[in-house]
Amino acid sequence: MKFHRVTALTAFALSGALVLSACSSTSDGGSGMVTANGSEPQNPLIPTNTNENGGGRIVDRLFAGLESYDARGNLQHEVAQSIETTDSKSFAIKIKPDWTFTDGTPVTAKSFVDAWNYGALSTNAQLQSSFFEPIVGYDEVAAGPPTAQTMSGLKIVDDTTFTVDLKQPTADFRLRLGFTPFYPLPEVAFLDMAAFGERPVGNGPYEFADGDAWQHNVKLDLVPNPDYRGNRSPNNGGLSFVFYSSLDTAYSDLQAGNLDVLDTVPESALSTFRSDLGDRALEAPTAQNAQIGIPGNLPHFAGPEGGLRRQALSRAIDRGQITQQIFQGLRTPARDFTASSLPGFNANLPGVRALEYDAGVAKSLWAQADALSPWSGRFEIAYNSDGGHQAWVDAAANSIRNTLGIDAVGAPYPTFKQIRTEITNRTIGSAFRSGWQGDYPSILEFLEPQFVTGAGSNDEDYSNPAFDDLVRGAEAATDEDESFALAGQAQEILLLDLPVLPLWDYITAAGHSEAVSDVQISWNGLPMYEAIKKS
Amino acid sequence: MIPVFIGATLLIYAMVFLIPGDPIQALAGDKPLSPAVADQLRERYHLDRPFIVQYLLYLKGIFTLDFGTSFSGQPVRDVLARAFPVTIRLAFMAIVIEAAFGIFFGVIAGLRKGKAFDATLLVLSLFIIAVPVFVIGFLAQFFLGVRWGIAPVTVGADASFSRLLVPAIVLGLVSFAYVLRLTRTSVAENKDADHVRTATAKGLSRRRVVVVHILRNSLIPVVTFLGADLGALMAGAIVTEGIFNINGVGGTIYQAVIRGEAPTVVSFVTVLVVVFLVANLLVDLLYAALDPRIRYA
Repeated sequence: MKFHRVTALTAFALSGALVLSACSSTSDGGSGMVTANGSEPQNPLIPTNTNENGGGRIVDRLFAGLESYDARGNLQHEVAQSIETTDSKSFAIKIKPDWTFTDGTPVTAKSFVDAWNYGALSTNAQLQSSFFEPIVGYDEVAAGPPTAQTMSGLKIVDDTTFTVDLKQPTADFRLRLGFTPFYPLPEVAFLDMAAFGERPVGNGPYEFADGDAWQHNVKLDLVPNPDYRGNRSPNNGGLSFVFYSSLDTAYSDLQAGNLDVLDTVPESALSTFRSDLGDRALEAPTAQNAQIGIPGNLPHFAGPEGGLRRQALSRAIDRGQITQQIFQGLRTPARDFTASSLPGFNANLPGVRALEYDAGVAKSLWAQADALSPWSGRFEIAYNSDGGHQAWVDAAANSIRNTLGIDAVGAPYPTFKQIRTEITNRTIGSAFRSGWQGDYPSILEFLEPQFVTGAGSNDEDYSNPAFDDLVRGAEAATDEDESFALAGQAQEILLLDLPVLPLWDYITAAGHSEAVSDVQISWNGLPMYEAIKKS
Repeated sequence: MIPVFIGATLLIYAMVFLIPGDPIQALAGDKPLSPAVADQLRERYHLDRPFIVQYLLYLKGIFTLDFGTSFSGQPVRDVLARAFPVTIRLAFMAIVIEAAFGIFFGVIAGLRKGKAFDATLLVLSLFIIAVPVFVIGFLAQFFLGVRWGIAPVTVGADASFSRLLVPAIVLGLVSFAYVLRLTRTSVAENKDADHVRTATAKGLSRRRVVVVHILRNSLIPVVTFLGADLGALMAGAIVTEGIFNINGVGGTIYQAVIRGEAPTVVSFVTVLVVVFLVANLLVDLLYAALDPRIRYA
């Protein structure tokens, strides 16, 4: 019949189109180019304005700083020839003489000093400006309006030498020198920073591919920089970052072989990725943790009563069970306030029992607090619904409810923006999901911004002068082991006060395709891109 | 047109403005932002001005075709130019596929109302409407793309017609089911009409009776639905776009709403409103072509 013939014809045409389109489905991006997942950079690619890892992973490929980090987070000199200090307050930095940017101009001391001054100056509105805070002269430059255009603590001695003076001894400053805001910038950047942000000129292992390298919201192509002379020489023919809006889609592409490296397995695939990928599945601890912050002004949570309640709550959360059941073992229960992958981590600080599940002790501590002042109402844990946190918040609340017999629930906020605003304005009125991601591998970087009196990320308004003194001592220590020991003592105080309840440290679940090898996840959860080999 | 335009933009701008949360804080994430820098950023994006001033500044920009700048430094005009062609292509393909197949099978089902073919199609369309689009999307992606490799898994950079085929089918499936049912009911109703009996009695070929006499009259509800569907498909393709990694309008608006970027959201919605108006205008014009009883004076 006529109709049948037409149907058959249409079916044939459709399947033909499908086959044809499948033929063009494997996107290689060029010979030897490794395809990796990414997300559209939220800001132009200027090192001092990049504060999220969509842009960060690209800027870290385009630039090389004084130091670089290896996979474990240890420092190695890159552009720096020597960094000398006797007191962690005055640094004399000498750089290697033969580095150049990809436009041929030399990398000089001025490249660094000008870039850092640009980042700190408040009228440039750079999001990472607060990282220059320890430098003398920062306050004048960062004020609104600024009273100086350059920081007095930075002095250029000659083309390859400059000195840095800090306001107080900060041993941690040395560890920052490999981190993104501290990269050098060529002269051409300062002529038109907006255009530079679209197509940066750097001195790193990769540079922008020719032509239309950055297709916004789609992908960004990088090719090896032949003039690079540092520690991270590329083993591949380039990187093609494909921007995905959904990790589930990226995982499908990985399974089909269209994507070479995926650095985050989506939650929906956590229970199957090990069997799906076999020995192509990767797991590595990263410098990131999760906590529950309890504001200092929350009723029932201040003073001795508050101390008892915090201890009780911390012991009422069964971290082991939650990390196994909800995260498929991809989190490790916290043993301190930092992360297990950091140099100097100590899993057995005195007082770490506060982080272990103990129903009996929890109940008795809670009862002691009730004797001081009876508990009423419910314990709420605020979180943002757009971050995939509901499962564990509900599990933690249930653990508290079952152990202590109080009403504990999760309180969802629609967006991250909303909950962040309320936390910053101190109007949140409940405990809240919190956590820290290390920008550079340092224990003090986890402790200082969050718990020192008046610090920028001290959302709970925690203040303990003894803790502040120990942190200052750790910063002033000239010996690394002494610094770690003092940081440990500082954490002992935190384990008694519990301004936040540490929950767990992150383990990245990642995977790669059969076409690549030598994929290693580094301390920040991203692969060591330069080392990836594509067959 | 102008009152609709002003009304829509003002309303959407007000709604984005009223979303709680400070977009500048969100830009900084969990890390501290020095107040001086935050003030600078607020001034740059006019977020320190009262709402009506922000809105008027935005309108002033529109007259010079400057739709504002997103927080990432991209002119919204560029974002629009990148996202719309892809979504238009996707929605257009979806409409063509759903219309062609929906009308085709709907006519057969209507003519054979009550028989096996008709019953099967009704159950099938009910099933399609019941299953959520993301389930169908993921299943299609997994089996056609990952398992059997006969269709591309994601669209990504190369949004050509052939690569958009599977996403367009997924997107159009629910509408296909509605078009099928609408056509079927219309055809079943019209096939017993007087003018059809006259045409058959006059000895016209079966083919001519079906296509020219029955179908033309039955298409009016279908065409109305398709006109409304075009707007819905363009704005609502967000789930399908996420699954197949298509860089279109849906995902962009979602990201802009989350970040609180009023200029981006308003610009996109305004263009969508215009598209919607044009689509419905075309539908109205089509009525006259389809049904001779409808005339425009």
